[in-house]
Amino acid sequence: MAKRIDVSGLTAYYGSHKAIEDISMTVEPRSVTAFIGPSGCGKSTFLRTLNRMHEVTPGGRVEGKVMLDSEDLYGAGVDPVSVRREVGMVFQRPNPFPTMSIFDNVAAGLRLNGNYKKSQLNDIVEKSLKGANLWNEVKDRLNKPGSGLSGGQQQRLCIARAIAVEPKVLLMDEPCSALDPISTLAIEDLIGELKERFTIVIVTHNMQQAARVSDRTAFFNLAAVGQPGRLIEIDDTERIFSNPSVQATEDYISGRFG
Amino acid sequence: MSTPAVTDKRAGSLRGASLPKWFPLAVVVGSVAVAVAIGLGAGLDSKVQWGLIAAVLAVLVTYVVASRVEGRRQAKDRIATSLVWVCFLVAVVPLASLIWATAKRGVKVLDGYFLSHSMAGVADTEPGGGIYHALLGTLEQVGLATLIAVPIGVLTAIYLVEYGRGGLAKAVTFFVDVMTGIPSIVAGLFVLSFWILILKMGYSGFAGSLALAILMMPVVVRSTEEMLKLVPNELREASLALGVPKWRTILKVVLPTSIGGIATGVMLSIARITGETAPVLLLVWGTNFINTNPFKDPQGSLPLYIYQQYANSSGSGAAYDRAWAAALTLIAFVMILNLVARGIARWKAPKTGR
Ligand SMILES: Nc1ncnc2c1ncn2[C@@H]1O[C@H](COP(=O)(O)OP(=O)(O)OP(=O)(O)O)[C@@H](O)[C@H]1O
Ligand SMILES: [Mg+2]
Repeated sequence: MAKRIDVSGLTAYYGSHKAIEDISMTVEPRSVTAFIGPSGCGKSTFLRTLNRMHEVTPGGRVEGKVMLDSEDLYGAGVDPVSVRREVGMVFQRPNPFPTMSIFDNVAAGLRLNGNYKKSQLNDIVEKSLKGANLWNEVKDRLNKPGSGLSGGQQQRLCIARAIAVEPKVLLMDEPCSALDPISTLAIEDLIGELKERFTIVIVTHNMQQAARVSDRTAFFNLAAVGQPGRLIEIDDTERIFSNPSVQATEDYISGRFG
Repeated sequence: MSTPAVTDKRAGSLRGASLPKWFPLAVVVGSVAVAVAIGLGAGLDSKVQWGLIAAVLAVLVTYVVASRVEGRRQAKDRIATSLVWVCFLVAVVPLASLIWATAKRGVKVLDGYFLSHSMAGVADTEPGGGIYHALLGTLEQVGLATLIAVPIGVLTAIYLVEYGRGGLAKAVTFFVDVMTGIPSIVAGLFVLSFWILILKMGYSGFAGSLALAILMMPVVVRSTEEMLKLVPNELREASLALGVPKWRTILKVVLPTSIGGIATGVMLSIARITGETAPVLLLVWGTNFINTNPFKDPQGSLPLYIYQQYANSSGSGAAYDRAWAAALTLIAFVMILNLVARGIARWKAPKTGR
């Protein structure tokens, strides 16, 4: 079951440094939302506030509200661990667990959380690997270490690992930035399939990718170096790429930035 | 017209004269021969002087010849190489000669009988007897020290790397640093005054273990800390992002990734405390009899055995041989630990193969 994310007045700090300021937006369920913007404008930071990974960084602090359907992620008594079970994440660099086999990597979320039935594990792993378009490539070597795969395969392994725990929302931080065009295409197709089941947010520096995969696009920018990043606008991807309402967005998309 | 001239010039500047492959060996052999001749001629009886003369000669000759034939840059290269070799030999020769001397004198009485009998009823001057009681004592004392120090040390390191922020962590780091510098005799005296004089416990293997644990703990903390820091943050974040609680992340992701290095550190710290004599002398007291209970009454211990046998031997005889054999056993024990550590590190290293 996908869920809606409703952010209002979100500000995040690293120690005393304000990285993003006063961001409000809505992410629709069963849709793909792309974040674009120049380097350092706080896309990753914002993404990490959506599953409470921001506070893992020393000095990380968040103000504001993030509603997941009707629950405030930052409300009193909310356990970040259960938030992260609802909101999964795929990182920029593939990071499979080096001590675990391919099978164990996919099963890691379930095993480490301890809530699974042994009999279901094989099915879940197979389903997740198929979901991540990786099954055919690894089905003969599930017991080999996950770090022995190619970069693109590792990234899809990480996606399989993230969807194995059945999150409601999947956050992806530049999932294709280290991949070749073919793996990139595979992952983009995958995103298209996954949005049937999950709410997906993807950060990307690739305009074509944002245009290809996303339904909505959010443009972030910062006024100057050292200033906090802000949300400039969020709209349907088609609108953003054809007729954005803010001049800065058009400049950025057409490469006239800076 | 100009093309061949250019080619010629380039070929000439690239090739240059070079000394044959056997040159370094010839220099070494030559300078050793000359050094021996000088040593014999001048009547220098210290072999160390001979070696130094040979080393200086080899370095000088290499430089002079190489700079004549090959030019200054190559000469500097060769001199750097030969200096590295000299330093290597200076470091290895004492080690090799130590092992050689110990092995040569140690094998004389080292056999199954020696390993399986105690010194009960054997006078220092008599042949026979063995180190069973001392070996047993050392194993028990070191084992107990490990049981105390490793959990505390590893948990401290986990606290420092995974949880520690601010003042408390800084204080712990500071005290661990201070503990690293504690001389073993001071650790022994501390336990002596606390455990034996204040709490009125008797001499025992366990008292020795306490002091050894004090010496071992900072080493374990330090090495474990370094290993935990090597675990990439991305792995922790990957696990946390799956909704795994932090303690489980540490237990199931961080520790398995670094277990090889941690085990190596533990083995090396065991090797370090196995040879400690001072705390054992103060706290375990030593005995010639087999005492299997480390919690009551004095026990034997290998380093202590070596010391006592040697001290009572006046430089030759049965006790002297036993001291060397025990020393050989101790070295072998430490070496085996090192090999085991390497084995574990290789076995547990994160696998990258396909
Ligand atoms: N761990 C950190 N500690 C302190 N400041 C940080 C940290 N991570 C990021 N920042 C700062 O926060 C701001 C936003 O960084 P963020 O990584 O969110 O940018 P980004 O938009 O993802 O950039 P990129 O496109 O290059 O990934 C930057 O000014 C950065 O310097
Ligand atoms: Mg980023």
